[in-house]
Amino acid sequence: MIIKFKLNGKNVAIEAPGGERLIDLLRERLNLVGTKEGCGKGECGACTVLLDNKPVCSCLILAAQVNGRNVMTIEGVESDARLRAVQEAFVEAGSVQCGFCTPGMILSAAALLRANPKPSRDEIKRALSGNLCRCTGYEKIFDAVELASHKIMKKAASK
Amino acid sequence: MSVVGKRVARAEGSERVKGAGLFADDYKYFGMLHAAVVRSPLARGEIRKIDFKTIAKIPGVAGILTYKDIPGRNCVPIVIDDQSFLAERYVNYIGEPIAIVVAENRQTARLAAAQAKISIEELPPLLNPLEALNHPKIHLFGNDNIYKHIHIHRGDVKKAFADCDVIIENEYHTPYQEHAYIEPQSMIAIPFPDGSIEIRGSMQCPFYVRKAITTILGLPENKVRVIQCATGGGFGGKEDVPSLLACQVALPAWIFKRPVKLIYDRTEDMMVTSKRHPAYIKYKSGATKDGILRAVEAEYIIDGGAYSTLSAVVLFRGSVHAIGPYKCENVDVHSYAVATNKVPTGAFRGFGSPQILFAVESQMDQLAEKIGMDPVMFRKKNILRVGDTTVTGQKLEYSVGLEETLDKVIEKSGWTPGKSKEDGVGYGISTIYYGVGLGAGGKSMARTGARVLVHADGSVLFSVGTTEIGQGMTTVLSQIVADELGAPLDWISMMPTDTSRVPDSGPTVASRSTTMSGNALKDACIKIKSVLLEEAASMLDCSTGDIIFDEGIVTGGGKTIKLLDVIKSCFAKRLPLSAEGWYITPSTSWDDNTGQGDAYVVYAWASNLAKVKVDKETGEVNLLKIWAAHDVGKAINPALAEGQIEGGTLQGVGYALMEDMTTNADGAIRNPEFSTYIIPTASDQPEIVPIIVEHPFPGGPFGAKGFGEQPLMGVAPAIANAVYDAVKVRIKDLPITPEKVWQGLKNK
Repeated sequence: MIIKFKLNGKNVAIEAPGGERLIDLLRERLNLVGTKEGCGKGECGACTVLLDNKPVCSCLILAAQVNGRNVMTIEGVESDARLRAVQEAFVEAGSVQCGFCTPGMILSAAALLRANPKPSRDEIKRALSGNLCRCTGYEKIFDAVELASHKIMKKAASK
Repeated sequence: MSVVGKRVARAEGSERVKGAGLFADDYKYFGMLHAAVVRSPLARGEIRKIDFKTIAKIPGVAGILTYKDIPGRNCVPIVIDDQSFLAERYVNYIGEPIAIVVAENRQTARLAAAQAKISIEELPPLLNPLEALNHPKIHLFGNDNIYKHIHIHRGDVKKAFADCDVIIENEYHTPYQEHAYIEPQSMIAIPFPDGSIEIRGSMQCPFYVRKAITTILGLPENKVRVIQCATGGGFGGKEDVPSLLACQVALPAWIFKRPVKLIYDRTEDMMVTSKRHPAYIKYKSGATKDGILRAVEAEYIIDGGAYSTLSAVVLFRGSVHAIGPYKCENVDVHSYAVATNKVPTGAFRGFGSPQILFAVESQMDQLAEKIGMDPVMFRKKNILRVGDTTVTGQKLEYSVGLEETLDKVIEKSGWTPGKSKEDGVGYGISTIYYGVGLGAGGKSMARTGARVLVHADGSVLFSVGTTEIGQGMTTVLSQIVADELGAPLDWISMMPTDTSRVPDSGPTVASRSTTMSGNALKDACIKIKSVLLEEAASMLDCSTGDIIFDEGIVTGGGKTIKLLDVIKSCFAKRLPLSAEGWYITPSTSWDDNTGQGDAYVVYAWASNLAKVKVDKETGEVNLLKIWAAHDVGKAINPALAEGQIEGGTLQGVGYALMEDMTTNADGAIRNPEFSTYIIPTASDQPEIVPIIVEHPFPGGPFGAKGFGEQPLMGVAPAIANAVYDAVKVRIKDLPITPEKVWQGLKNK
């Protein structure tokens, strides 16, 4: 079937074979390789994308399921000023080590900040608990989410 | 202004946050095939019949290769050449590679490999290392199944125990630990018409990979180029294993003359790749009532699995660390790495030391309690300081910051032994050390090369043979180059590590990149700097000794010019601004039979303090906070050093409390996925307080010494000691699960 959906703010229409996973459509056919595959079972969160602003594992979603919906990947975060703050905060706070979990982590953090602009440390921990990181011990990732929250709020206040 | 010592942002951070970093699976090549591995379903057996007729007919399957197709030697060389690339007659563990299937896409390759029909006559396997040791009938390695035996001997243990006022004797056990890097093992081979081959992939040790490819394809080293891709975590798991993957893609690429990619499925990755050795430890130690550690007797057995891989060197490190960072004149330690019919175990952050340190530090607390001395005081009476001699007879001349790390965790936590605390809360301490670099166990590889190239526009490109795996090497080395050249940090870039750029620089292991590549880069930079200095002196009309280079500005003779103008002037005069650097470590020594020698050039030191609350109803241990102080010599970048402490500490927390990998009755890993092998998530994270202590290492760049492994090493015993402090239950078998604590509470 031909599916139509919004990808990173742009309309996409593409033939999606039955059974194709969203992650394969993104990585293999649309060349959006920022979405990483860590386990293929929805256990590590590396392949997190936002589906209608909610974090989902793109390895567990069929391409056909996004028909008529809104998908954002790490490549789309770049064009979103509010969410760019999250990326900047990750660089500033030293939250990246190997960087393989980073795109998924940033999308989960971005989804959290959209729903809850000023999360507590516990709320951050809960929101990111589906994204495994083996390098950082999470400490500097939590710092980055707090920093991003601060930046976004400051920007909103100055408007 | 120096950039060394500054918290500058990670060199590749801004690319990784955009998802723009290219990991191996992100590359595509024209005509590329995908590989999958046909593996042994049995722990031990003799291959009778291989039938690939059915899978060869699956549409999209391009070919199936066995050992018969290998043009060179059928061997993946690591330390001892006992591991075949593809099994010929016998298989020795579940998951041992037998054949490679290549297909037009990944799904087809995996499906075909899973359907391969192999008939194997089962032979009785050895799954328990304690049974395998000196087994009378089944000989997996030599005639005793011992890959390596090390004996450390000092003084007279028997006599010393007789003089002890207290003696503690226990058995400890530690399980497998899986690296759980988030990027699975990934590799690509690209053959070229000129008879050369290129390997690109996720790896720690490109020179190991090159050696493996030259072996199986029978090629000279100048026909094999290995380039590291962005690597999504290693922790030792990408030390030797990528050599296997590289062979698994290089062979079909060579034969079918097409690029071949191989990505391990997560379950496959956790089933068949190396892990931390399970260990069985018998430990007896004794002290006098005034708190002096007098004697240690230990037997340390590690389960090496089916092939020797890195077990001999893992055992070396474990043995050197077998009494902890203490003075003790009477020591008798026997260590054995043993062969079994299970997945080969190998390198994992700490490399044989976390297992034995769990025993060492648990013993220290029990000795202290029995003497009636607090655990901090007892350690203070025994820890190594400058001028002391280690268990291997090495005199410590410099850079021993252990006592300061101990003082710092106490100071920052506000805790003192004996201080009142709420019910169920406990504090536990561990003091440890870490021999930096390969040491005497890897002496022949203790050298590194570097190349630095200054361009006419001022931009600087450097190459080294060690790799960036998330630890921050690129950034740290860029800081060193910037300071050595007096150039701004943003002028400096690193080439992806590539075996065609620098001489064999050994592996990226043993926390050696900062010191080894840092020193080699320093050597190259000094050569370039001397050219720049001469030119600047003639431009400023002063002597070279009066000139200062500082972040792109050159001053001397009362004048200031731009470094860029000096560089341009050098180019105009056709002066060379590129150089090779080389570094070899000062000599180390070792004797396997006595365990004596200068084992490592320098040691890092650490103290951990854990605060727990134990639920007396369920036995659950809630780790509230952990203070981790590390003597790193000099933190070239404190933010990255903290990152190493935080990340390593949390891996240690996983090892201590939750990571419980076991094998089933057939010898297969029972829990090869993230839903059954539980690593710490964001919600499991305790507050981690990283503390950096700096006792400079005179032989390190700017005083730095490596320490990346150390943060994991002492966490488990600190937590075990805290659990005991909280509820008086002593856990000697990791991980410290609620079941074990609950059982301990029940048995009291």
